[in-house]
Amino acid sequence: MSRLLNKTANKTAGSAVEPHGWTKGVLQANGWLVYAFFYAPILLLVIFSFSDSRNVGVWGGFTLDWYEGFVDSQQTQAALWNSVKIATVSTGISVVLGTMSALALERFKFRGKQVFDALLYLPIIIPDVTMAVMMLLFFAEFFDVLNAVFGTELRKGFSSIALSHIAFSISFVSVVVRARLAGMSSHLEEAALDLYATRWQAFRFVTFPQILPGILGGALLAMTISLDDVVITQFVTGPGWTTLPVYVFGLIRRGVTPLINAVSVVMLMASMTLVALSLLVERVRNVGTNQRRGF
Amino acid sequence: MTAVKLPSDAEAAVATPEFEAAAIRQESRRGFLLAMPSYAYLVLFFAVPLVIVVVYSFATRNRFGGTDLSGWNLASYARLSEPIVRDILFRSLWLALLTTLICLVIAYPFAYYLATRTPVVRNLMLVFVMIPFWTNFLVRNYAWRVILGNDGPFTDVTEAIGLGERELLFSKTAVVLGLVYSFLPFMILPLYAAIERIDKRLLEASRDLYASGLQSFRKVLLPLSMPGVIAGSILVFVPSLGAYVTPDILGGSKTTLLGSYIVTQFLTARNWPFGAALSFVLMAVMLTTTVVYFRKGGRTL
Amino acid sequence: MTAAVEITGITKRFGDVVAVDNIDLTIADGEFFALLGPSGCGKTTTLRMIAGLEFPTQGSLKIFGDEVGTLPPNKRPVNTVFQNYALFPHLNALDNVAFGLKMQGVDKSTARKRALETIDLVQLTGMDARKPSELSGGQQQRVALARALVNQPKVLLLDEPLGALDLKLRQEMQGELKNLQQNLGVSFVFVTHDQEEALTMSDRMAVMNDGKLLQVGSPEEIYEHPANRFVADFIGQTNLLEGRVLDSETVCLANGAHVTGTSDLPMGTEVAVSLRPERAHLGPRDETHSRQAAVDGVVESVTYLGNARVYHVRFDWMVIEVREENRPGATLHEPGTPVSVSWDPSAVSVVAD
Repeated sequence: MSRLLNKTANKTAGSAVEPHGWTKGVLQANGWLVYAFFYAPILLLVIFSFSDSRNVGVWGGFTLDWYEGFVDSQQTQAALWNSVKIATVSTGISVVLGTMSALALERFKFRGKQVFDALLYLPIIIPDVTMAVMMLLFFAEFFDVLNAVFGTELRKGFSSIALSHIAFSISFVSVVVRARLAGMSSHLEEAALDLYATRWQAFRFVTFPQILPGILGGALLAMTISLDDVVITQFVTGPGWTTLPVYVFGLIRRGVTPLINAVSVVMLMASMTLVALSLLVERVRNVGTNQRRGF
Repeated sequence: MTAVKLPSDAEAAVATPEFEAAAIRQESRRGFLLAMPSYAYLVLFFAVPLVIVVVYSFATRNRFGGTDLSGWNLASYARLSEPIVRDILFRSLWLALLTTLICLVIAYPFAYYLATRTPVVRNLMLVFVMIPFWTNFLVRNYAWRVILGNDGPFTDVTEAIGLGERELLFSKTAVVLGLVYSFLPFMILPLYAAIERIDKRLLEASRDLYASGLQSFRKVLLPLSMPGVIAGSILVFVPSLGAYVTPDILGGSKTTLLGSYIVTQFLTARNWPFGAALSFVLMAVMLTTTVVYFRKGGRTL
Repeated sequence: MTAAVEITGITKRFGDVVAVDNIDLTIADGEFFALLGPSGCGKTTTLRMIAGLEFPTQGSLKIFGDEVGTLPPNKRPVNTVFQNYALFPHLNALDNVAFGLKMQGVDKSTARKRALETIDLVQLTGMDARKPSELSGGQQQRVALARALVNQPKVLLLDEPLGALDLKLRQEMQGELKNLQQNLGVSFVFVTHDQEEALTMSDRMAVMNDGKLLQVGSPEEIYEHPANRFVADFIGQTNLLEGRVLDSETVCLANGAHVTGTSDLPMGTEVAVSLRPERAHLGPRDETHSRQAAVDGVVESVTYLGNARVYHVRFDWMVIEVREENRPGATLHEPGTPVSVSWDPSAVSVVAD
């Protein structure tokens, strides 16, 4: 079937749809320029991170000094670990909560569902700065109250950052998992029940394996966003809890140094690894369709 | 919605309306219980903070830089009409609009080109759009700081082509460049999704019915891809309006935008009520645009 | 003998919509039973209620004498072949088939053995390691069948099982399903919107519309003696000649013509005489026959079908469709020819709303 579709797609690609003449030239040039625009700065940054020059944008011969500086700098190491700890915890919690809410929204009807749905969308579309302000004021006003009510000893720092990150990560996880669930026929769960599975077994053996790529994709997204975040973290951080982006941002504001180049490239690599992982997940997700095409 | 195992663990009996109602209620409770943790979390750590921002925006800053919550007033909102604030608001709006427009002009032909490629090429091209989308935001902006900086590659180029040593850093141009760079994928992806969905035979039909290339773009392609245009525009406009990192790194102090101005109110000026009012304005703009979009029949962003 | 399925006074409402309206239905053990009707008629809801995927709003539902109306699907001795199969995409054919056994706690090796046997039964030997996406539509259908049958259900429920297959494969599978059912001796309850499929496969069938059960009977009973206008129209092709009951033997058509039509409806009841196109004959006007089973008309159009010709004959403001087999020497009536449409008086049925 898909092979047939591809064929017709190729066929139509020959005529009015397929750009030709100068239009084609312009479109092609635009395409290459977009990619150059996307990648040239990243590439230059990587190159300059190996440059033996005090000036960040000038090539002065190859060196690994800046990376050594990164490894040696206790502050950057501490910031890196802070970032990793926060990202891990906030991703872990938001994956569970986000998946549960995706299931609830996609498979159940309940009172207050529409309000919940809207509430879940807001953190995605709200600007970083607004969210940062919200969290700052919230923790300023309510941290003591929270500690009193729940008997916790939360202080500004790890807990305030993680709590803020979870607040937006739940939404991202939920959206990704929900998309996956929407693509999965509820007949599959019914079939499991019909085949003597309990509700839990139907989830464990049918729903969960089906939505796993979505859960992983959501987790990677949550982790990426948590590792990226500057604004919100900067607003709610406390003593000793500077994350890597916040630390780097502070350095940049004080003046650029080649050390920042090196740290940036490390962050870049972390992002790229996560991208590679998510593409891998994507591939696993599509295995079914690819095989069908081959058949 | 589907089958229900009853709390009584389903004793065999003749179905009654009461049983059916109980079954539906139980199912609804299951859904609610699943949603409950996130629901409670978002109410506590999102809705409540949102309300606090609104409350603060009506409060007064006291002499010590703290905030008095008693005696609500509109003073913070009144400040929005001050010339400095108005300049910042309009500058932010203008730069966000400009960014959106530039992204649209670049992304539309790109998305169209993407949508007309064979599936293999298309997937590959998409991957290479996704990578910057996933890459650390701060780093991507920092890269431009390096390029545009003193003696950086950009000045090398301008000198080489005889334009002399041009300084772009710390200008509005640099900020727009950074914003376009940051948010271009947000425009490409929804546009691509919208154009890809269009039945390509419609374009052929329009050509068959004597439309020129330009006419069939204006009368067929553009109207049909409108949902993508709107979704992409919102996705670029909203974060551009609230941008903080980009103007801070590339714009310097001369081009204060709304995002940076809000941050200043909290971290430097310590005028929280005014900062809250500004945040609320930003949020209101965001909400209005998205609500309008959903009202116009858009489904997902 | 206890009935395989006994439905008494079952109603299902979704909000204000009555999906199934107070139906009674008994399906015998070992019967191939079809639930037939247009989409939205309540047939699938009825099937889902038997499966336990939907609870009735009211009424009794017994399987082999045991009331199951409030039992969840995993506690009912029935299994379902879903529309579009609903095979688990992440499991191979073997694991799909063994799923039900594993859920029932059958030990692994027994489950595997029985699953393989059932895969052989549906003629998929050697395909057990394939994922659903690596199987053709027909093969997926067989896996779905095996996955349900391996549990030895007391009743097998099938929801439009052939709907996704192309015509040729569908006809082939119809025969196979029927054979399988006869060999196993298990009741099959089969939902379809395709009347031909229902006619060819089922021992008995029920016709539904708007949540109501209109008629239950063998395919022959239903085709020959439709209970009402809807059934007559829905099952096969027919001409519905509008009129009123004149007496127990005669119907006065709307244009005044009197034709034979047996009914026990009171005089004056608005009815239609259902005349199947293949039961009518065309002949020249002067031919003598009983006036009670013939009308005069003019040929309006002829459609050539290869094995037959279909004539549309104008009879006042009505148009009657007549199907003539394409035998050697069959007369061709050109459009415009005055003809007489005649039939055996016993070939028509009188139907009311």
